Amino acid sequence: MTEVTGAAAAGPLPKQWLRLDNRFLPPLLITSILLTAHLSFGILEGWERTGLAIVTAFATEMALGRITYGKWPYAASAYITGISVGILLRSPFLWPYALCAFISIASKYVLRFRGRHLWNPSNLGVSLVLFLAPDTVSLLSVQWGNVVAPMVVIWLLGSVIVWRVGRFYLSATYVASFLLFSFIRAAVTGVPWVAAVAPITGPMYQLFIFFMVTDPKVTVRPMWAQCLVVFIVAFVELILRLNEVVYAPFYALCFVGPSALLVEMWRDARRAKMQVRAA
Amino acid sequence: MSATRPRVTRIVWTVLFVAGVAAIPVLNRRTLATAPAGDAGRFGFHLQDVARDVGVDFVHQPPTFDPQLGHIMPQVASTGASVAVADFDRDGWQDFYLTNSADNSHNRLYRNGGDGHFTDVAEQLGVADVNRTGTGVSMGAVWGDYDNDGYEDLLVYKYGGPLLFHNDGGKGFADVSARAGMPKWVNANSATWLDFDRDGRLDLFIAGYWPDGVNLWRLQTTRIMPESFEYAANGGRKYLLRNKGDGTFEDVTQAMGITSRRWTLAVAAADLRGTGYPDLFFANDYGVSELYANDGGKRFVDVAETTGVGRTPKSGMNASFGDIFNDGRLAIYKANISEPGVLVQGNDLWVPKEGANAGGAYDNLAPSLGVDLGGWSWGAQFGDLNNDGTLDLYLVNGYVSAGERSSYWYDFSVIAVGHSSIIGDARNWPDMKGRSFSGYQRKRVWVNDGVGRFTEVAQTVGASDNYDGRAVALADLGNRGVLDVIVANQGGPALVYRNTVTPRRHWIDVELEGTASNRSAIGARVETTFGGRTQRQDVLAASGFSAQNQRRIHVGLGGATAVDRVTIVWPSGRRQVIERPAIDQLHRVKEPA
Repeated sequence: MTEVTGAAAAGPLPKQWLRLDNRFLPPLLITSILLTAHLSFGILEGWERTGLAIVTAFATEMALGRITYGKWPYAASAYITGISVGILLRSPFLWPYALCAFISIASKYVLRFRGRHLWNPSNLGVSLVLFLAPDTVSLLSVQWGNVVAPMVVIWLLGSVIVWRVGRFYLSATYVASFLLFSFIRAAVTGVPWVAAVAPITGPMYQLFIFFMVTDPKVTVRPMWAQCLVVFIVAFVELILRLNEVVYAPFYALCFVGPSALLVEMWRDARRAKMQVRAA
Repeated sequence: MSATRPRVTRIVWTVLFVAGVAAIPVLNRRTLATAPAGDAGRFGFHLQDVARDVGVDFVHQPPTFDPQLGHIMPQVASTGASVAVADFDRDGWQDFYLTNSADNSHNRLYRNGGDGHFTDVAEQLGVADVNRTGTGVSMGAVWGDYDNDGYEDLLVYKYGGPLLFHNDGGKGFADVSARAGMPKWVNANSATWLDFDRDGRLDLFIAGYWPDGVNLWRLQTTRIMPESFEYAANGGRKYLLRNKGDGTFEDVTQAMGITSRRWTLAVAAADLRGTGYPDLFFANDYGVSELYANDGGKRFVDVAETTGVGRTPKSGMNASFGDIFNDGRLAIYKANISEPGVLVQGNDLWVPKEGANAGGAYDNLAPSLGVDLGGWSWGAQFGDLNNDGTLDLYLVNGYVSAGERSSYWYDFSVIAVGHSSIIGDARNWPDMKGRSFSGYQRKRVWVNDGVGRFTEVAQTVGASDNYDGRAVALADLGNRGVLDVIVANQGGPALVYRNTVTPRRHWIDVELEGTASNRSAIGARVETTFGGRTQRQDVLAASGFSAQNQRRIHVGLGGATAVDRVTIVWPSGRRQVIERPAIDQLHRVKEPA
């Protein structure tokens, strides 16, 4: 999910104490989502699962960060990953929560290329657990009342926050792309359009839209390219959905996000090489 | 920091990461562990379907509703196969009633001849032709002697008008629905008898599933579906009908505080809190469970939230009770949905917390005991299948078995998350197009080791069918001191699994007859002390999903060669102790004056 950027983490604190630092917005948003959802709809089977995911993510981040870089890492990233895993995963067992949180955080230290990690941590962790443990794990899907009120709260809160961190256009691009492709899916499969568009009214998508597709650590640099990547994510999701893949958006982002980064890195390297030659 | 340290740490993290990823499928497989094939002897029993051999050739026919529901008909017409056991003619042999659900189809009452054969006597006795067009179709039945004349009467609940049949001395049944004051129309999937006010007369509880105003054959609107997949409260109303003792019943639902409009699929009643009064547990589809605590027979209060059993919404389809640890605590087993890769709700086994007030708080121990993953689960029953002294668990499952290579799950996962205005209208639901929906599932039979682990042995012991199971009931059909298994399948044949238990495992059976209490003794608690442990079993009416076990209490004794005592707490409150009863035989016990 959206991580606090390194620049923001290292940057100066705001001078006005009343002005909330952008670093705290994503953790605050996801915490408020969790509290709202659980207190109103009881989406969690128990706090112990979410707690286990948060503690595991936090402990892994602290241990790996300290040992690898010799200093304590900023904790908000691990908190967001842990809480995301705790909200998204559905399992009667405890081990998926711990293992998913561990894999998500560890991926940042292992799956790196030219100094950058490639995957959104929780996107990778959740996708791996869903793919490798289908008998025991599923994803948050329907546990949110099928009513619009909590969605409106999340839409408003989420929009304000991604606007403040300057990434609203990514959420908007994804939503527009999804709606466009839902027409195509309805036409191809013959299902009513309202059924094709129904998933985006569910809770899983709100987390995906506001936290995953907006992750600055794993998106390319130019704004137009970021929008293109998000559009491609929605397109790959369309292909997966036409093949009846239930967790299509997560797998789509898992494929497309790192691929886009690798392409960008390859282009950067080629451009640098050409500049060296030209010099 | 030396130059090699980052490299070493990177290698270590990589190894840990790879190990973590590799552990996922390993743990996934371990979670699903079942007993190895060909090891039946180890578990002490074997099941064999003998339905045809013993004369049971019933095949359930599902209903067909309004053509506007044609595209999702297998879903909305997915219930109706049920089984209810009773010795209706008091000849000492357990008989059973099977419901059918197509328009003008006939139900069956199989009379046990005592010679290993069953004969359908439903037509002859007047309880066959109950699904006539326009009157609704059967969803289940439950036996109970409401007038204390010694013969079990029969309630048939329907998507339609419920029918109450008075048992005329085991020789025929009279439809007394109108005179008794049964509701005109209830779209019910469950009902039970209970003496909620302990006046010695059985009262009746009927739980609506669809709202009463919905006529599924002639829809006024297609906006009839649940408003939410897990928070729906637009289902059918409930009916608590108090037995006035003159052959009539009065509706006391509102007065007693039962206000639920959830989509109830199963209901069971037992004294879960040690008050002497039966409480009501509802397993609700599309929502949280409800546990209505009986406050001295004066009102019911929903304590599901405070006790923990009603906090997490799932798709409840079963309600059965069992003392799984032989410590006198009744656990509640609620079946839900688990579909690999899509929706893993897991079944619930709510066990009262130790040290808490009786029934005051529950923990879900299904994952740790290994009884959580049962596919699209329906009916389940506790019973000692191998006479080892602990209660095992038999679960049937499977929703819609149609095209073997196609699944409706993807389309369902899309519509189920949608806003209530989308999910609530049947027109928006994608066409099933002959696809399966959690079909052809293998059943689950979990053997209880008594110390905290259930082992899944269905394939090993012979429960190898893959029909769309709905109801399961346990009864000793041959008076052999073992529990046989009767399964009602939706759109499929009824199965009768004959149980063969390893010799030299002892047992004791107890059959109760109330005097001050209701004559069926429904609500009685029987505690059997043997081999240093005490097992509690209650006499229940409905149990599981659309099912009723034999009223007779069956207790396996394992290696024990004697029973210390049997303690009976009658619904009237009277307590009776039988010291050192003989084993390997049935004891018929009449409530002392």
